[in-house]
Amino acid sequence: MGMKYLKETPSQTAGPYVHIGLAPGAAGFDIYREELGHDIAGPNPKGERIRVEGLVIDGTGSPIKDVLLEAWQANADGHYAHPEGGGEVEEGFRGWGRVITDFETGEWGFDTVKPGRVMGRNGRLMAPHINLWIVARGINLGLNTRMYFADEDAANAEDPVINLIEWERRRATLIARREDRDGLPLYRFDIKVQGQDETVFFDI
Amino acid sequence: MKPAEFYARDRRWHPPALARDYKTSVTRSPQYAAISLQHSASELTGPVFGHNDIDAVDNDLLANYAQPGESPIGERIIVHGRVLDENARPVPNTLVEIWQANAGGRYRHKKDTYLAPIDPNFGGCGRTLTDENGYYYFRTVKPGAYPWRNWVNDWRPAHIHVSVFGSGFAQRLITQLYFEGDPLIAKCPIVATIPDPQAIDMLIARLDMNATIPLDTIAYHFDIVLRGRRSTLFENRLEGN
Repeated sequence: MGMKYLKETPSQTAGPYVHIGLAPGAAGFDIYREELGHDIAGPNPKGERIRVEGLVIDGTGSPIKDVLLEAWQANADGHYAHPEGGGEVEEGFRGWGRVITDFETGEWGFDTVKPGRVMGRNGRLMAPHINLWIVARGINLGLNTRMYFADEDAANAEDPVINLIEWERRRATLIARREDRDGLPLYRFDIKVQGQDETVFFDI
Repeated sequence: MKPAEFYARDRRWHPPALARDYKTSVTRSPQYAAISLQHSASELTGPVFGHNDIDAVDNDLLANYAQPGESPIGERIIVHGRVLDENARPVPNTLVEIWQANAGGRYRHKKDTYLAPIDPNFGGCGRTLTDENGYYYFRTVKPGAYPWRNWVNDWRPAHIHVSVFGSGFAQRLITQLYFEGDPLIAKCPIVATIPDPQAIDMLIARLDMNATIPLDTIAYHFDIVLRGRRSTLFENRLEGN
């Protein structure tokens, strides 16, 4: 007599036409009143406004041009917009975004605010990070990774998740480098799905 | 009892990253092992959606792109079911999004150049929120099979892409729904990325004569199961110690 559990529905690739469902404007048509995921931080976020840009690169070193990425992040206070998110967030702060890569160049990017530190397990603070989920044709189960910030050396050094990565040289694959563009902080984060300097992915 | 982490994902149940017969996975599959994480708020929380985000017509693909008084070509179908978790509890108020080819197997996408025509009355996407019982439904047309470049004569079985959120980012899932009785299911290298036939069986929507509307629309039943959460009588160590 045990609890009767169900099995999780198995994953399948999002395929090449993921845009139709999740970003129809990019597929070439207008159908919804509003597409979801284009405004992460809302009209009045606390904290530093930033832009994040990058490529997703395959095992041959080529950019993947049919990727969809989702971002999930805390606000500047380290709170997620969720009942278990640790506290209040600003009106309109969602913390979730969805972007696609450019069909010609493979570049992706979004505007947001820099997240604060979030409490991790066992009372250990995590460094500011943005959680990323990557799907595409040829990716059979969405890939989870985290983007950390190059200008947070002290926090990164004590981050309990970064410190789980046994190979210190691989930790650098999670750190976005800071560049400034027109006075706005720009973080560059290239994700290497396979090959040399492969990005660290997490089995969450 | 307090809810704690999600159950560990059964990586032998899902398709592996590298499945050689699905050629595109060869250069898009990580070679290093993923680092296993116990969950924090970053994984246990996720985006919350509400009725302000979507419109009532969004789940009706027979109407959401059709000209007034017209409707898309194809078999009129209902796809319905529940979103549950591994504890067999309903997942209420969660966003379900779908996309598909039209009845001829052609996608409304600027990168799709298949011979079959675009249907002027069919967009091919829909979205809805589950109700308090985890229930959802869509009206659409049955998608057609279409050829794709993998081996030279590969045809995708009729399928609908399905995206689901749940309450935590760790539950995020995209999959594909197939139709009972389709002989192309057994031949498809993308279906075959899933190693266990019982897992594949979860992706096959069943003809549902009781939900079929006589003289109008055929129904298919498709339940979706997301990861469940452990409950604990003991101290929740997420924030403790």
